[in-house]
Amino acid sequence: MESGIPIEISGLSKQFGHVTAVDDLSFTVEPGRVTGFLGPNGAGKTTTLRVLLGLVRATAGTATFGGTAYRDLPRPLTTVGAALDANFHPGRTARNHLRVYATAAGIPGDRVPVVLEQVGLDEFADRRVGGYSLGMRQRLSLAYTLLGDPGVLVLDEPINGLDPEGIKWIRGFLQGLAREGRTVLVSSHLLSEVQQSVDDVVIISRGRLVKTGTLSSLELDAAPRTIVDSPDRPSLAAALEQAGLAFTEGRSGFIVDEPDPGLVGHAAFVGGVELSALHRLKSGLEESFLTLVGEEVH
Amino acid sequence: MRAIGSEFQKVFTTRMWWLLAILLVAYVAFLAGGLGAFFGWAIENPDAASRAGGSTQLPPGAQLAPLLYSFASSVGYVFPVLLGALAVTGEFRHKTLTPTFLAQPHRSTVLGAKFASELVMGAGFGVIAFATSVASGAGALALFGLDSGLGDSDTWALVGRGILAMALWATIGVGLGSLVPNQVAAIVIVIAFTQFVEPILRLAASLNDVTASIGQFLPGAASDALVGASFYSIASAGGTQTLDWWQGGLVLLAIGVLATVIGGATTWRRDVQ
Repeated sequence: MESGIPIEISGLSKQFGHVTAVDDLSFTVEPGRVTGFLGPNGAGKTTTLRVLLGLVRATAGTATFGGTAYRDLPRPLTTVGAALDANFHPGRTARNHLRVYATAAGIPGDRVPVVLEQVGLDEFADRRVGGYSLGMRQRLSLAYTLLGDPGVLVLDEPINGLDPEGIKWIRGFLQGLAREGRTVLVSSHLLSEVQQSVDDVVIISRGRLVKTGTLSSLELDAAPRTIVDSPDRPSLAAALEQAGLAFTEGRSGFIVDEPDPGLVGHAAFVGGVELSALHRLKSGLEESFLTLVGEEVH
Repeated sequence: MRAIGSEFQKVFTTRMWWLLAILLVAYVAFLAGGLGAFFGWAIENPDAASRAGGSTQLPPGAQLAPLLYSFASSVGYVFPVLLGALAVTGEFRHKTLTPTFLAQPHRSTVLGAKFASELVMGAGFGVIAFATSVASGAGALALFGLDSGLGDSDTWALVGRGILAMALWATIGVGLGSLVPNQVAAIVIVIAFTQFVEPILRLAASLNDVTASIGQFLPGAASDALVGASFYSIASAGGTQTLDWWQGGLVLLAIGVLATVIGGATTWRRDVQ
């Protein structure tokens, strides 16, 4: 195995015509940890990863592996293993798929059965990929990333399409890879999907960085708030304004920036407004995440 | 070399190459054997043939054996073109450019490897096609006691040039595929151009001296010039101009190289989504 090296994104921008997919993005991914690269669909995660891997040209900025661009790596598959989309030639077997790219990268063919076994595909290795389930394709993508026993792994939505058993398996698998000192970057549009396997998070929204830090730092960001609703929302809004409480309107009521539901209830009582809901908003990682990326939660 | 090895593996680990090879053999065997038998019969029985209304007289100077053998390239060339085009368009269609460019980030190396490997594949198709046309054509001629020309070194020189033509056609396929990455569009272009557009252009060009001098640079005409025999030279109205065999080969090579270089500088360099 090669040693893990940091992934360095600096001032990265990518425009498709007039659409800005990635906007002045900078962050670093450290070896020895699993980093979740999070954001809603369309936030620019896949574009960032494609620029990092030399598949898409950046409009501005750089994306490197310890200072070296992907296409300048002397032995790319031995330094970085990447799985972007589970696309294969349907008429080729898994074993032949891996052989084709092992040859291209100068990796000895005896790595092929090793990685097939590592991802649990050895039984199905000589079947055509066209008949594979989504979960098996994900495993084959992963086998491809492991061909060169690289120190850096870049995986785009690797959990998508896995069954519960597969999800459990990949969590342990990623943690194991990081413990060996590798740099592991895993993208997902759902924090809940990866929160049990990541150490660090990089969160982007609309192409911009909104948060980077450890997973536990995300927890601290989530200040408790109160949810309140009434059959007569305009009156409730007036009552809250009267009491000087800041709030936003959500699907299931008003979200009030006040941790004590008692105070909010009192404001409604003073205004003579009937309530249909009043409770503390459970502060969870997911809420914190969704608030950061600007999505409506309630 | 690693990249070329990988491209050969890509070809041989899917079914397309032998599907195309089977079609090539069937098509060439049908034409070379069938027409060989028909002409053989007509030469043996000129009266019966003329009663049937057939104009069986070959133009003077046209020999039957090389004509039959050249079916391998004059009608079979569409198969190496398809194989070469699919080697490129398949990567777009199945979105395998991602793993391909991850394993070899230098894209021109990948395209160069496709060019080189398809040159060899095309030559292989040439060997298969000429084995078929010589076997079925000579078989048909022998049936009617006609000279198969197999003892003549000219025949084997024609076969050698034909195999070279087939190799160059496969590289034209690579160039076309890199210019037109949409697989369906590329196949439609190959079929339409080789089966309709070019034959019509060649016939039309042969009607006039000026156009004939341009028409000889059409890829099919250049290919027939390289091989040295083709039923087109008999089918067209006469007054045809042809290039020397080596000029024909250079025209084919130039088309393949030019198309691949232009494709490599345009679609091949685009962002891979």
